[in-house]
Amino acid sequence: MKNQFLFTFAFGWALAVVFAWGIAVASAAQQQTATAQQQNAPAGNAANGRKLFVSFGCYQCHGYEAQGGAAGPRLAPRPIAYAQFMKYVRHPTNEMPPFTEKIVKDSELTDIHAFLRAQPVPPDVDKIPLLK
Amino acid sequence: MAKNGSVDRRDFLKSAAVTGAALVGGAAGVGAQATPQVPAAVAPASAPVAPRETDPSLEADIVTTDRPGGDFMVDVLKALNLEYVAANPGSSFRGIHESIINYGNNTAPEFITCCHEESSVAMAHAYSKIEGKPMAVLVHGTVGLQHASMAIYNAYCDRVPLIVLAGNTLDATMRRPGVEWAHSVQDAAAMVRDYIKWDDLPWSLPHFAESTVRAYKIAMTPPMMPVMIVLDGGLQEDPISEEVKPRLRIPKLTLTAPPQGDAGAVAETARLLVNAQNPVIIADRLARTPAGMTHLVELAELLQAPVIDQGGRMNFPSQHPLNMSNGGRALLANADVVLGLELTDFWGTVDSFRDSLVRSSRPLTKPGTKLVSITAGDLYMKGNYQDFQRYPEVDIAMAADSEATLPSLIEAVKRAMTADRKTAFEARGKKLAEQHANALDRTRSDAAYAWDASPVSTARLTAELYNVIKNEDWSLVSASGNTSNWERRLWKFDKPYQWAGGSGGAGVGYGAPAAVGGALANKKHGRISVAIQGDGDFMYAPGVWWTAAHHKIPLLAVMHNNRAYHQEVMHVQRMGNRHNRGVTRAHIGTTLEDPFINYAQIVKGMGVYSEGPISNPNEVGPAIKRALDVVKKGEPALVDVVTQPR
Repeated sequence: MKNQFLFTFAFGWALAVVFAWGIAVASAAQQQTATAQQQNAPAGNAANGRKLFVSFGCYQCHGYEAQGGAAGPRLAPRPIAYAQFMKYVRHPTNEMPPFTEKIVKDSELTDIHAFLRAQPVPPDVDKIPLLK
Repeated sequence: MAKNGSVDRRDFLKSAAVTGAALVGGAAGVGAQATPQVPAAVAPASAPVAPRETDPSLEADIVTTDRPGGDFMVDVLKALNLEYVAANPGSSFRGIHESIINYGNNTAPEFITCCHEESSVAMAHAYSKIEGKPMAVLVHGTVGLQHASMAIYNAYCDRVPLIVLAGNTLDATMRRPGVEWAHSVQDAAAMVRDYIKWDDLPWSLPHFAESTVRAYKIAMTPPMMPVMIVLDGGLQEDPISEEVKPRLRIPKLTLTAPPQGDAGAVAETARLLVNAQNPVIIADRLARTPAGMTHLVELAELLQAPVIDQGGRMNFPSQHPLNMSNGGRALLANADVVLGLELTDFWGTVDSFRDSLVRSSRPLTKPGTKLVSITAGDLYMKGNYQDFQRYPEVDIAMAADSEATLPSLIEAVKRAMTADRKTAFEARGKKLAEQHANALDRTRSDAAYAWDASPVSTARLTAELYNVIKNEDWSLVSASGNTSNWERRLWKFDKPYQWAGGSGGAGVGYGAPAAVGGALANKKHGRISVAIQGDGDFMYAPGVWWTAAHHKIPLLAVMHNNRAYHQEVMHVQRMGNRHNRGVTRAHIGTTLEDPFINYAQIVKGMGVYSEGPISNPNEVGPAIKRALDVVKKGEPALVDVVTQPR
């Protein structure tokens, strides 16, 4: 908080900038591709993935439900494709800190990806009176 | 010399200069020379020093006064129409304290009792942004100012005017032994001079009047900043001497007309904006009065240009079709002209910066994009504290106040417009309105994610709060702790007092007192003041909630209780991963758990209505509604909600 740059980064118009990675799932075409690729993802253990999502601190930027926020984009319930996910976590190209194999095993990332895929689709916004 | 039995320490100094040689003998003798009615007693240098109260040679016949200097100081504060003075009591300003509450009848200024000087200053900081004029703060000699210093720095960074009145006891021979020495200083303002705009140490009451009026004027001249007047204890407490009385007058206050941009630069900027295909207007600390938003809306609508409101002030209606505050990067990538209005960080606005092992940056704009800056910040800058940010390479730089410059820019744009360009603007405006509507729909959809989660999502928290207040005349006086900006994205802000920006210097501990100070400003207007309160921020000086209760300041606050100094959690995580040691211990030193803090109980102990902690999202709305009922009775209330990190 005391870092002026990060303060500005987090609070200002640059909010949109940190969502850049999330744009990977934005277009319909990309989503179709991702869906096809998800089918090739290892099953993983979603319940364990949820625990790991917390213990590895993923929730700090992405939220406990991977819903996203100012510090990190939404990841669930349609995460980027498994292969991209595994690559990005090891070598992020944006603000995310890198998680090397020494920190998180491939099998653990597989479980986290399974957790992200297993997250429920949010309620229809039109059925939430407060958001109309 | 003092006359008619009065004691004027300045007069004493004059006499001491004349008779100094004869008075070297001892402190007791020196003191006696100041009062003609008391016989001088020149003691040898080796004489034991006894407390003056027990020395019969120093007992004066006159032990009271009906007209101390502090009374005149209050006259000056009243003439400046200062509504409040916030303070934690301190003996170095006991004289003016007593004058405020008795002589001044504790009205304009009213003494606001604070539990920490940091709270006093942050209250004045937020008050000023809501009310559009300074509030005064009294701080105790040395230690009080030390407590206040971080909050003064915040106000300096935020370009906010406030008047700091600091107690001090200059005459060493008149100081009470012990604590008063520890609370006295040669140059009181030295500690904060790097981050105030001006200060003075008045040597007489006429001097006080002139310097305080001058200080007010300087503070209110853009770029606005805190100013400081040091109040000598003797000047406050001693009788107003007959010699001084004829010279007592309060100078006329004439505020400086804010500096406008150079006419040629304004015309060239207008030409660039009119001819641009994709101009972007960005505002940060633009609107220092309600006119700021009005002018910006007029300029944007004239050009049908998108506006990015960085939120330093209430610059632009949040749901105006041209408000594109959430589309920053895409807009900048296509921009051919960027107009920055009072930007805190122009470089950081048009460049990205990556905080990785190898730090890197790159421009967000394409080559050839014209960058225009209008900021009063260029008129006044200091070197030590680095809040001025990285040097921006702009094409036109106007060292001027943006709000004052906008009317002439608007007129210049009107002169430069052609029918063809107007047609093009209308087409651009339709596209932007469509983009704005789509972005708002996406925001609402985004808010639905984790809607029913526990801990409560920050989107849900802000939506529940807005649902309760949206039909009131509300004012969001403070938002600390970072809720992913949901309130700015979901709520309809369209009145100047509905948003007051942030702390300025990112000094944590601003949020809670700023909420109370903003609510104090709103009180007489009958507005419902609301705040989103970060938990880490709350714990710096929670005593300000007692101030809210004591002074019956209506304030509805919801706690964004993520049980951590969350920004710092992420910083430590970043280090852990960068150093390949992982994040599993990042909670050490960064979280507020074991035990969890019960904020509702804390404020309840200070007489504040409260509920929580609440983890069930379905319980949030009803609790806020009950709290609003209390606030409508003129009291503060707090609802503690356990939330997602952001």
